[in-house]
Amino acid sequence: MTEPLIFEKSHPHLSAPRLPAGSKGQGEPLPEGLRRRRSPRLPRISEPELMRHYSRLAALNYSVSEQFYPLGSCTMKYNPIANEVAAALPGFADLHPYQDEATVQGALALLWELERALAAITGVDRVSLQPAAGAHGEWTALRMIQAFHRERGEQRDTVLVPDSAHGTNPASAALCGLKVAEVRSAPDGRIDLGDLEAKLSPRVAALMLTNPNTLGLFERDIRTAASLVHGVGGKLYYDGANLNALMGICRPGDMGFDAVHVNLHKTFTTPHGGGGPGAGPVGVKADLVPHLPTPTVEREDGAFRLDFDRPASIGRVRTFLGNFGVLVRAYTYILAMGGDGLAQASEDAVLAANYLRKRLEGVLELPHEGPCMHEFVASARGLAAEHGVRAIDVAKGLLEEGYYAPTVYFPLVVPEALMIEPTETESRTTLDAFADAVAAVVGRAGEDPEALRHAPHGLPIDRMDEVSAARRPVLRWLPEGDTH
Amino acid sequence: MLDAMGASSLEDLLRDIPAELRLGRLDLPEGLSEFETLQRIRALAGRNRVYEDRLTFRGAGVYRHFLPASVAAVMSKPQFATAYTPYQPEASQGTLQAIFEYQTAIAELTALDVANASLYDGATALAEAAVMAMSHTGRQRIAVAPYVHPEYLQVLRCYADGRGFDIVELDESMAIGPETAAVAFQQPDLLGSMIEPAGLVEAAHGQGALAIACVDPISLGMITPPGEYDADIAVGDGQQLGLPPSFGGPHLGFIACRTSLTRRLPGRLVGQAWDGKGRRGFVITLTAREQHIRREKATSNICTNHSLCALGAAVYLSYVGPDGLCRVAEAGYRNAHILQSRLTALAGVEAIRSERPFFSEFAVKVPDPVAVLERLDRAGILGGLPLGRWYPDLDRALLFCCTEVNDDDAIDQVVEVMSQS
Repeated sequence: MTEPLIFEKSHPHLSAPRLPAGSKGQGEPLPEGLRRRRSPRLPRISEPELMRHYSRLAALNYSVSEQFYPLGSCTMKYNPIANEVAAALPGFADLHPYQDEATVQGALALLWELERALAAITGVDRVSLQPAAGAHGEWTALRMIQAFHRERGEQRDTVLVPDSAHGTNPASAALCGLKVAEVRSAPDGRIDLGDLEAKLSPRVAALMLTNPNTLGLFERDIRTAASLVHGVGGKLYYDGANLNALMGICRPGDMGFDAVHVNLHKTFTTPHGGGGPGAGPVGVKADLVPHLPTPTVEREDGAFRLDFDRPASIGRVRTFLGNFGVLVRAYTYILAMGGDGLAQASEDAVLAANYLRKRLEGVLELPHEGPCMHEFVASARGLAAEHGVRAIDVAKGLLEEGYYAPTVYFPLVVPEALMIEPTETESRTTLDAFADAVAAVVGRAGEDPEALRHAPHGLPIDRMDEVSAARRPVLRWLPEGDTH
Repeated sequence: MLDAMGASSLEDLLRDIPAELRLGRLDLPEGLSEFETLQRIRALAGRNRVYEDRLTFRGAGVYRHFLPASVAAVMSKPQFATAYTPYQPEASQGTLQAIFEYQTAIAELTALDVANASLYDGATALAEAAVMAMSHTGRQRIAVAPYVHPEYLQVLRCYADGRGFDIVELDESMAIGPETAAVAFQQPDLLGSMIEPAGLVEAAHGQGALAIACVDPISLGMITPPGEYDADIAVGDGQQLGLPPSFGGPHLGFIACRTSLTRRLPGRLVGQAWDGKGRRGFVITLTAREQHIRREKATSNICTNHSLCALGAAVYLSYVGPDGLCRVAEAGYRNAHILQSRLTALAGVEAIRSERPFFSEFAVKVPDPVAVLERLDRAGILGGLPLGRWYPDLDRALLFCCTEVNDDDAIDQVVEVMSQS
């Protein structure tokens, strides 16, 4: 089942819908030379056909609203409907960002409250809500750390990143013009303190770390790692991708982290949108506060105002005040959950992951000793060696069973990795059914590996020829016969 | 569940966390029912002043337009809203095809060859374009034309300070030096004025530099798109394509370029592919540019982008179609020109840069901007943006904006209030 492109459904002679026409007066003609020569080839389509097109496309997606989505590191939990109601209120959705401060006190109050809540959850002093996504938050934090070192006249050009880190960590460092040095994982999956110590020098600007790490393991020696890095004058940056394990249990700020980013589209239930928009607020300890992006929201005599006058600030990281609509959703969630509810959510996430991990013992290889935190990594190495069935084949087999696939081939330190994060919003019934499905797929690997290597069957399409797609990329529609 | 897994307690599962790190209690109020939660949220929303669409005359990066109901309806479909980045194409064709269609629409709109799957906003799109130009030319300087949106410039500077490149602000002569990686300009610029870009693009190419055009997507329904004046990269903000102002976000940044620059594009690209049965589908492609494969050698650090907003923009562009988009642009242009000529006919209201053609925004000088805005506000009108916040020499100027949602009655009201000085 596939759906034609909307451009292929266009009716060449269909007129545009009725639109507001503005003034009935006569304006001036556009000066010669400024008028567009060729009209853009946008579709001409009626509203009923438009809606049907997108309804059909929607039906081709798996999503949290319909499927269990155990995508490791992505925290695909349920997105409460109340969040959507809140963000759509005209008092938020219809606000212009350059309205007078006196006319947006409710919006500024929300930002101020959300900042305090995130600071309490992560254990930092201040938070900037401006960054638009996790990677943007990483980069913002590194820019602040860079500003901190520069202000002290220090030449620090190296960022340490564990070999199990998300790809965004080294990429964000590079975008700051910083060099990346990799720190090895020890055999137990945690950071190798010896290797960390060996890589420390006065050139180190920061260590980027997520805790629990991407294997779902808590970095027990985090305090030691922090004092080692601080000992050479470096800063610790916390990648918040895995914060869902820790709310109300412990805080990155107390572990020794100086800067923390949070993914509101993971931990705080704002929808992922098929790849955003998210939001990646960044919290910092007191000595990085002067470097926060402008503006910050301040409260004076019960009124809220924006502070643009921050001389040591790194400046602006995006326009306006960040992804406000996403921030409204996250604040709504935090209000509804409360401190008690957030702590319960993290405990339940840890419980769900450990339960599922236990259920998969003996089904898949579990290379690291438990307990895990909110996620765990399994390996299909044995299946690959024995039956030639790889992690990707297991993933595709699970799609066929009606589940979204775990994250595969990440982290890089585990061969044939399958990274599984169930989240707290799934029931035991769902976890059991998924565990049975994994067992069934593994069983099929022995019985009919060839079929599994061509899975999934019965979905809208089979496996795509991605190699040819990349070799001769077709990145847009063109009309028949037009080579552009 | 604990019993089933042979664990004695939840504490047992948390045993790797050192005791001294354990938090006694999370210092936040207790949770609320949905009813109480939304009551609180509505109270906050109620403390904000909402201006009517037709009485809003402020833009400068975020605009009031007619929002077709179908856009929000499609964006709120849970199969789009609650899916992740489409890593598994077999289970993500809806998102992938929608992004492919979005890429096509942006390429058509800008008259360039290829567009990516979206960026965060117009300002970060400009910064990413600057990074592309530097990798492409091996040069370290970006020349910026006058009156690029100041917040875009601030974001560009923040990227430049990190990665270590120079930003040079051009004067009105637009003379470009030889070490320039790219010339970036905004069309129309912050003051709404339009330049004749072909000459500037030619000058940039003459120095071996790229030309980056930062454009207003609605204007492209009517005015010359970047591809027609030979710009290499086009960027902009997509808020105007069906998305509510929402206090500044989330919206989207778009970026498009010529084919020769495709492999330098940041972020995701969706491409056409075929399965073994000869069925057409779509996949994330050219991933060898991206952070999860290339790590520190990636073209950008971007991962999560603004996919759902891109979907909304694609729905909007399909809803209005090419003729509708042109009409929206023309209505804003007409409204703005009528308002400008009526305002500048008033005593004490002075046109700024009246020799330049403008699109849908224009600046005027008034004797007392604060008093004027207060009077407009009392009439329920969100008046022009005071430009003194960015340009000390324009401290008496207001930047007015019109779109298709302002009508004759609203224009009359503005003129009426401003004539009582």
